Amino acid sequence: MSQDAISALSLKELHDGIHSGQFSVMEATDTYLDRIERLDGKLNTYITVLREQAQQQAQAIDQQIRKGELTGPLAGVPYALKDLFCTEGILTTCGSKMLSNFISPYDAHVATQLKQAGGVLLGKNNMDEFAMGSSNENSAYGVVRNPWNTNCVPGGSSGGGAAAIAARLAPMVLGTDTGGSIRQPGSFCGITGIKPTYGRISRYGMIAFASSLDQCGPMAVSAEDCALTLNVIAGFDERDSTCANEPVPDYTATLNDSVQGLRIGLPKEFFATGLDSQVAAVIERAVKEFEKLGASVKEVSLPNSHLAVPVYYVVAPAEASSNLSRFDGVRFGHRCENPKDLMDLYKRSRWEGFGEEVKRRIMVGTYALSAGYYDAYYLKAQKVRRLIKQDFVDAFKEVDVIMGPSAPTTPFKIGEKADDPVAMYLADIYTIPTSLAGLPGMTFPIGFAADGLPVGMQLIGNYFQEARMLNIAHQYQLNSDWHQQVPAQFA
Amino acid sequence: MSTISEAEVQKVAHLARLAIPEDQTTAYVSKISSIIDLVAQMSAVNTEGVEPMAHPLDSVQRLREDVATETNHREAYQAVAPEVEDGLYLVPKVLE
Repeated sequence: MSQDAISALSLKELHDGIHSGQFSVMEATDTYLDRIERLDGKLNTYITVLREQAQQQAQAIDQQIRKGELTGPLAGVPYALKDLFCTEGILTTCGSKMLSNFISPYDAHVATQLKQAGGVLLGKNNMDEFAMGSSNENSAYGVVRNPWNTNCVPGGSSGGGAAAIAARLAPMVLGTDTGGSIRQPGSFCGITGIKPTYGRISRYGMIAFASSLDQCGPMAVSAEDCALTLNVIAGFDERDSTCANEPVPDYTATLNDSVQGLRIGLPKEFFATGLDSQVAAVIERAVKEFEKLGASVKEVSLPNSHLAVPVYYVVAPAEASSNLSRFDGVRFGHRCENPKDLMDLYKRSRWEGFGEEVKRRIMVGTYALSAGYYDAYYLKAQKVRRLIKQDFVDAFKEVDVIMGPSAPTTPFKIGEKADDPVAMYLADIYTIPTSLAGLPGMTFPIGFAADGLPVGMQLIGNYFQEARMLNIAHQYQLNSDWHQQVPAQFA
Repeated sequence: MSTISEAEVQKVAHLARLAIPEDQTTAYVSKISSIIDLVAQMSAVNTEGVEPMAHPLDSVQRLREDVATETNHREAYQAVAPEVEDGLYLVPKVLE
């Protein structure tokens, strides 16, 4: 089978092709490694490409499959990881100069799970530094470009992974989402991605940004591919003290359920001022498709959702300022030259190692937690956060799922918002409420705006309803081919 | 009028252990102020009687038996340290 044909396969087709002997794991792996070599110069989606290691892994897995020792759905499937997942013996930068020399001494939980499932790690994806950003312009390893228009951003912070999927430089990647970092880039790049319920997947070995929000999730071409991946990575792990001890369903088992009778809620606040009219038109068309499939649609209200961005920019920076205090120039990461004393070592190592946006957020978080301000900022934000969650609890009494835009606009130009952090923060206006509530949210492509750039539908479910959400997106994808489209220069 | 002063920026920078050069303080004042102004929107909301939300699922910290579960990985962990000697992390002299 030709490389072009292999790169067009779903995860299930890849698995079937390998296990029926149509092509080897090595051929599948080389397909993606060759595409990365040929095409990634235009996009910069990878910080590290593991050519030799991936080929060694592919050879070993080919043997194991031949001997019948590996049969699972991801056995032999190539994938990539956002560069904030620790990977033993492999550079793990988190998009930062701070970790430009950090060879992780251990594997993240999800890295172990994928390794044991027989996946082949192609490399580590570019990202906004420490997952702080909505455009992938905040990487110490260069901006990532959007495959649909290389003058535009891919979104962030999992922008490298999202662009890699769109350009078929990996068939599946893992990203992370704190305030929208899977859904917003997923939308900008026209791919499918899911941020599960907070606690659904272990955060062990995920470099922490905001611990009460961070969650890992799969990004791929289709909902079915995300379901296959979620089956492998979801579940309890005692090494993450906030990991949920809830049963894990087979996420593929219900993909073919009907959406007849599904009650969809459209929050009126998500369709008000701030939403680009072209994006709104694409969303409305997709909602009508769901009605044709037998779903009913109803307006709901999330009256406190306009407070989500303000609350998030207290909670996330506050938690980040605490989490990032571990980067002190002593135990790992960047250390400044010739420190004159211990304080100088801390301060200069951190000043030199962190980029602008990370330093801004550490400052805001430190300010919000400092003596005299805690009640007015962090405590207040935690209270308003509960009001935001309660809005969803109330809405889910009336509807099964909530739909709306993943992002207020199509991808913007590189540099357009780089000097205005607050304007940048509003790119996550529709994804942050879900994150604060800890609810699962996903994005899937539903068409293009007049500028030729993709639009994503955000689908929000109740707690631990990932199977239902993947089912709903899958049903849409059985009736559309937006997710199959590949940008011309990467086809 | 900025929400946060230059003196406050330098104080917070010290708390955050960041060596912000004097000539960049002004830039920080304006960017941090614009973020503080954004988050200030929430102060208008009445939250009387609302319980602060620390965890999305309102779970409490899981407890376990107080027994050692980790094995010693000192060498692996110190392999990525900037400077170590005899199993210890080295820093500039703290006491004269």
